[in-house]
Amino acid sequence: MAEVVLDQVNKVYPNGFHAIVDLNLEIADGEFLVLVGPSGCGKSTALRMVAGLEDISSGELRIGDRLVNDVHPKDRDIAMVFQNYALYPHMTVAENIGFALKLAKVPKEEINDRVRKAAATLDLAEQLDRKPGQLSGGQRQRVAMGRAIVRQPKAFLMDEPLSNLDAKLRVQMRAEIATLQRDLGVTTVYVTHDQVEAMTMGDRVAVLKRGYLQQVDTPQNLYDSPDNVFVAGFIGSPSMNLMNATLGGTADAPTITFGSHTLAVDRSVLSVRPALASYFGQRVVVGLRPEDLEDASVQTGAPEDRILVVRTALMESLGSEIILHFPVDAEPYSIMEAEFEGDDAITAVPNDEGHFNYVARVSPRSAARIGETVGLVVDTGRFHFFDPTSGLAIRD
Amino acid sequence: MIEVIVSLAVVIAGLAVLGVVLAALYQVGAYVPRHLQEGFRSWVFLGPAVFLVAVGLLVPAIRTIYLSFFDDASKKFVGVDNYVDIFSGRNTRLTVFNSFLWVVVGTALTVIVGLTIARFAEGMRAEKVAKSAIFIPAAISLVGAGVIWGFVYAGPPFNNGLLNRVTSIIPGLPTSMGGDGQRIWMVERGFGPLTPPQGFPGVNTLLLIVIFIWASSGFATVVFSAAIKGVPEALIEAAKVDGATDRQVFYQVVLPYIRATIVTVATVTAIGGLKAFDIVAATTGGKFGTSTIANEFFVTKFVQGRNGLGSALAVLIFVLVTPIIVMNRRAQQRAEEMMGA
Repeated sequence: MAEVVLDQVNKVYPNGFHAIVDLNLEIADGEFLVLVGPSGCGKSTALRMVAGLEDISSGELRIGDRLVNDVHPKDRDIAMVFQNYALYPHMTVAENIGFALKLAKVPKEEINDRVRKAAATLDLAEQLDRKPGQLSGGQRQRVAMGRAIVRQPKAFLMDEPLSNLDAKLRVQMRAEIATLQRDLGVTTVYVTHDQVEAMTMGDRVAVLKRGYLQQVDTPQNLYDSPDNVFVAGFIGSPSMNLMNATLGGTADAPTITFGSHTLAVDRSVLSVRPALASYFGQRVVVGLRPEDLEDASVQTGAPEDRILVVRTALMESLGSEIILHFPVDAEPYSIMEAEFEGDDAITAVPNDEGHFNYVARVSPRSAARIGETVGLVVDTGRFHFFDPTSGLAIRD
Repeated sequence: MIEVIVSLAVVIAGLAVLGVVLAALYQVGAYVPRHLQEGFRSWVFLGPAVFLVAVGLLVPAIRTIYLSFFDDASKKFVGVDNYVDIFSGRNTRLTVFNSFLWVVVGTALTVIVGLTIARFAEGMRAEKVAKSAIFIPAAISLVGAGVIWGFVYAGPPFNNGLLNRVTSIIPGLPTSMGGDGQRIWMVERGFGPLTPPQGFPGVNTLLLIVIFIWASSGFATVVFSAAIKGVPEALIEAAKVDGATDRQVFYQVVLPYIRATIVTVATVTAIGGLKAFDIVAATTGGKFGTSTIANEFFVTKFVQGRNGLGSALAVLIFVLVTPIIVMNRRAQQRAEEMMGA
C-alpha cells in the first residue's frame, strides 16, 4: 500500500499528440481515486503511465516514495484490471488468479491458500478449476478482480472494468468493488467514462478533458461547485442546464435574464460570490441543475418572479421522477463557445422556432402535459455562474 | 502462341460447361420436395469432388494395398513378405530410419526456427522485409532448393561447393577431399567413422534436412507471426503487470495462446517430412545413405519395376501419416478445450 503521486506528468506521442499536459495528482494511501472524462481525454493514458505500459514524456511518477518513471511494470508492484479482463484463456481460474504469485516464486501451498481465500471473497470457489471461456461475464470480471487482490499490491489500477457488463450487473459489481477496496484499503486508481460510476465509487474524482486536469474533488463537491463549465456539464445526469444570460437588477434585487425570461435571484447568490458583482449588466453563463426546477403546481406558494413559464416538449416518466424537456428562447452555452466544439460539445439543436430544449426533473405528482404550458419554480439560490470567456466558475 | 490460346479456350470452355451443369442441377433442386432440397443441393456440389476423390485416390489406394501383398510381378500372392522385407533389409531399414529423422528433426527444427524468427522479428523496424526474405525459400520448389544447396554441399574436384571453400580456410581441417565430386560435403570431410550406411547413417540425411528446414521455416514463420499478432495486447500487458519478464510473457502466455497454430504447422511439416522425395532426388538421388521411404518407393516401383515392394513402401507412408493426423486432431481438440470453446 502506498500513495501514488503524479508530478507535472506529460505524455507526448511520437506523432506530436499531447495526450497528457502537466498532470498533477496526489493519491493518498488507501484512497479510491476515479479518473473520469469523455473519450480521448487521456484518462486511460494516465492510468497506463502509472502501470508502466506507457512511457512518461516528462514529469515524475512516484509510487510509495519511489520514483518509478523508468521502472518496468513487473517491478512496480501494482495490479491492473483491464476493460476486457485480459484473462489467460489457457489457464484455469485458479491459475489465472495465482499467476502473479507463481511468477514471484511464492511457495505452492501459499499460492493455493491465497488463491482460495481470494476466490472465497469473490464467490468464485466453485469456479476454480474452470477455464475463463466457460465463465459468464460477471464471473470473468471477478476473476480479473481476484488476480488483482490476491497479490496485495501497492496499488490497484482499473481501466473501465465494468464497461463490458450489462447494466444490472454493473450496478452490483460497482458496489462490490467499492466495498472490497474499502476493506482492503489498497490505493486505487479507477478509470471510467461513466460519471455515475465516478460519483458512486470514488473518494475523490479527477475530471480530465483533452489531457488537462479540470478538477479533483470529492464527488459531492464536484457536483455542488464545479470549477468550470465543462465539469458542470459533465458531472450529473441529466446534465446541468447551461445557458447564456445577463446579470441585471441591482445588488439588492439582482435578476437573471435569458431569452425572453427574467427571474429574480436570491441576494445570497451575490454575497457568497463577491466576484459576481463586477458582472452586472454583462453576459454570464448560468447553470441550473434539472432538480432545481419543480412544477409550480406541486411546489405551491412560490413568488411569481421565481417561476419560469414554459411549454412542455417531452416528458420522460421514470416512476420516481419525471424528466421534463422544455424549449426556451435562450441559447445554450456550448453552441457559442468554439472551445467546446467537436465531440466534447453538448450539441444542442434548436427546434423550428429557434428555441433550445432544457431539462427539469420534477415530481411524479406533476400535472404537466406534453404541449401544455407549465410553471416551473426555479430555486434561484442554486444557480451556478461561469465567465462566458474563460468558462471558469465566478466565485470570489 | 496458337497452342496457348487453344489451351486457354479449352480450359475456359471446360469450366463454362461445368458451371452450366452445376447451375442446371441447382435449378433442378427447385423441383425436389422442399425438405430434401438442402440435402440434394449439397450433393450436387459435393458429388463431383467425391467422384474425383473416389476415382483418383480411393481406387488406386485400394489397388496399391492389394498389390503390396503380391510379388514384384504382381502374379503371386506373398502375404506380408514385402513388409517383412522392408524391415529386414539393411537398406530399407536405413530408409525408414531416415524418414523418421526427417519427420522428427525436420519438424522440430522448423517449428523452433519459425517461432524464433517470428518472435524476434515482431515489432522489428524491418519486420516486413525480413519476413519476406525468410519466406522466399517457401516459394521455390523443393527440387530447386535441392539444386541450390547442391552447390553449397558439392565436393571436389569438379564442383567445389561453398561449404568446402569456406571450411578449407579453417586450418586443421583436411584440404584434400578426393572422391568423385558428386558426394556431398560431410562425406567428403570424412565426418563419421565409416561410409554410410555402415557407419554414421544420419549425417548426410541431416544435411538434406537442413535444406528442408530452410525451405519450410519461411511458411512456419509467416503463420506463427500472424498468430503472435493475434494475441490480444491486453493479455501481454496483464502478464507484464503480473510480474512477467518478456521471456516469461512469451513462454507462458504467447506460446500457449498460439498452441493450435503450432500443432497445425507441425502437422503439415511432419507430413511434408514423411513424403520427402524432391530434395533427396535432386541432391543425392538416395545415394550415400540418404534415401527416404518416398524416394525408395519411387526407385523401387518406377526405376526397378518392383511392384510388390514398391506398393508396400507406398502403403507404409500412408500408414505412418495416419497417426500424425490423429495426433493433430487430438491436439487441436485439446487446444480448443483449453480456450474454453
